[in-house]
Amino acid sequence: MDIFIQQVINGLTTGSVYALVALGYTMVYGVIQLINFAHGEVVMIGAMVAFSVITALAGTASPLPPAVILLAGVAAAIPACMAIGYLLERVAYRPLRHAPRLAPLITAIGMSIILQHLALLVWSRNPLAFPQIVDNPVFSIGGAAITGVQIAIILLSVVLMALLTWFVYRTRFGIAIRATAENVHVASLMGVDANRVIAATFIIAAALAAVAGVMVGTYYGITHYTMGFMLGLKAFSAAVLGGIGNLAGAMLGGILLGLVEALGAGYIGELTDMCKWPLMKEVVAERCAADGHLVLMGSNYQDVFAFLVLIAVLVFRPSGLLGERVSERA
Amino acid sequence: MNAASPILEVRDLHVAYGGIAAVKGISFEVGTGETVCLIGANGAGKTTTLKALSRLLPARGTMHYDGHSLLHRPPHELIGAGMTLVPEGRGVFARLTVAENLDMGAYCRNDKAEIAADRDRVFALLPRLKERARQVAGTLSGGEQQMLAIGRALMSRPRLLLLDEPSMGLAPMMVQKVFEVIQSVAEQGVTILLVEQNARLALSIAARGYVMESGGITLTDDAPALLANPKVREAYLGE
Repeated sequence: MDIFIQQVINGLTTGSVYALVALGYTMVYGVIQLINFAHGEVVMIGAMVAFSVITALAGTASPLPPAVILLAGVAAAIPACMAIGYLLERVAYRPLRHAPRLAPLITAIGMSIILQHLALLVWSRNPLAFPQIVDNPVFSIGGAAITGVQIAIILLSVVLMALLTWFVYRTRFGIAIRATAENVHVASLMGVDANRVIAATFIIAAALAAVAGVMVGTYYGITHYTMGFMLGLKAFSAAVLGGIGNLAGAMLGGILLGLVEALGAGYIGELTDMCKWPLMKEVVAERCAADGHLVLMGSNYQDVFAFLVLIAVLVFRPSGLLGERVSERA
Repeated sequence: MNAASPILEVRDLHVAYGGIAAVKGISFEVGTGETVCLIGANGAGKTTTLKALSRLLPARGTMHYDGHSLLHRPPHELIGAGMTLVPEGRGVFARLTVAENLDMGAYCRNDKAEIAADRDRVFALLPRLKERARQVAGTLSGGEQQMLAIGRALMSRPRLLLLDEPSMGLAPMMVQKVFEVIQSVAEQGVTILLVEQNARLALSIAARGYVMESGGITLTDDAPALLANPKVREAYLGE
């Protein structure tokens, strides 16, 4: 039971991060029907910028309290990522607005590779240790542990998602974003400058990505120029799981994916322990006698779950859990 | 052609889809305060003309609204200048609520108090919208959606209202209601350019009409004269 609670806590933490990143995929898709495959790299740049700022501020035995240094890292990462998000739209995607859909998609993959290698040149080809400067107290709940960082990640994600929801549903510009997502021509007849809305969508997505990047760096204690790739694919899977183009879907999909992955990782060892399978037990009795376990797949297989989920959704419910349309303008 | 100062003046307008000419050099004008209709069969180029005026399609020729050329202006600037299109098929935002749709009509305005007053006016004119203000527009009937599309356009305080096939797909009762609303909008002094396949209905509320046929204007006259014209009666009034 304590494994279960522990994995739920871990899953909620990574799920919160997936949700923030998935929101970026889903918002951009909602407005221009583009999967921005470079979005994961924006997360990575956020982590890298925060890494540099935190390292610089913390290294000099500065009088600044750790929390302030961390906040400075976030405060630097957000505008840096916003600028990159805007540039991506302006330079790479806007010129292809009326091109066949495949063209911006391939461009997105190209931008992803370019950003990775820019980060490689600017930072390092090796994994960088993300400075662990804030205290990370451990609390125990029902036999499981939850750290201060985990609590902070979950709470901050909830706050950001609530803010985004308020913005999109309660403000004039938010309504204009939803109107543009539904029908860009009619929205322009209403006086909405589609280019402004699209640029704003990229900028908001990038700001969320920046925060997610700092979260990942702080949680895993490491950053690497390729870290955005797998994270991006998983967040994309989460967005598809929830129903791409749907904000609530991205949040739900992110959390669910985090939970599936964590629980999968937590139990896959037990489930693939041949010594517990009725038929296999006899076949491998010799090995079991030695140490009692013959585990086929360990928790290093956790990445498999995100993509199993993606495949299952695409096969059984292509519009996602909360999505209603997928190929309306295909 | 008795209007002193045309609010809309179109000369030699050409519009093409790819290489295919859909509108072939038409000229017409709408005087300030007038209600003018553009009638013709399906595919005559009426909707294309409105889309070109609204800058949703590239066009050649001259289009002057309120003395200024419309060519090269982006579509989102027109509503602020007082020219609003109610598009074919209504184009309501199905996933936004009725109230949010109306807010979108006032998107380019900043006078909060006046917007609220206009919303009350729209609700008074179209009471069904008030009942359904919090409902998502996709759940409205076709007639209600047409009312919403018109109400949304009115929220921009248009001086020139372009209406594209407002009767399309509606039950006869609803068509009647929609046209009563259009007429009362016209009576409030809004200039109207109405595109309709239902020629009899359009000519019943318009002062003048243009007849379009395969991309060109073939006939123009005052509405009563067009209603009496044997060619029009045969081709468009089903007699």
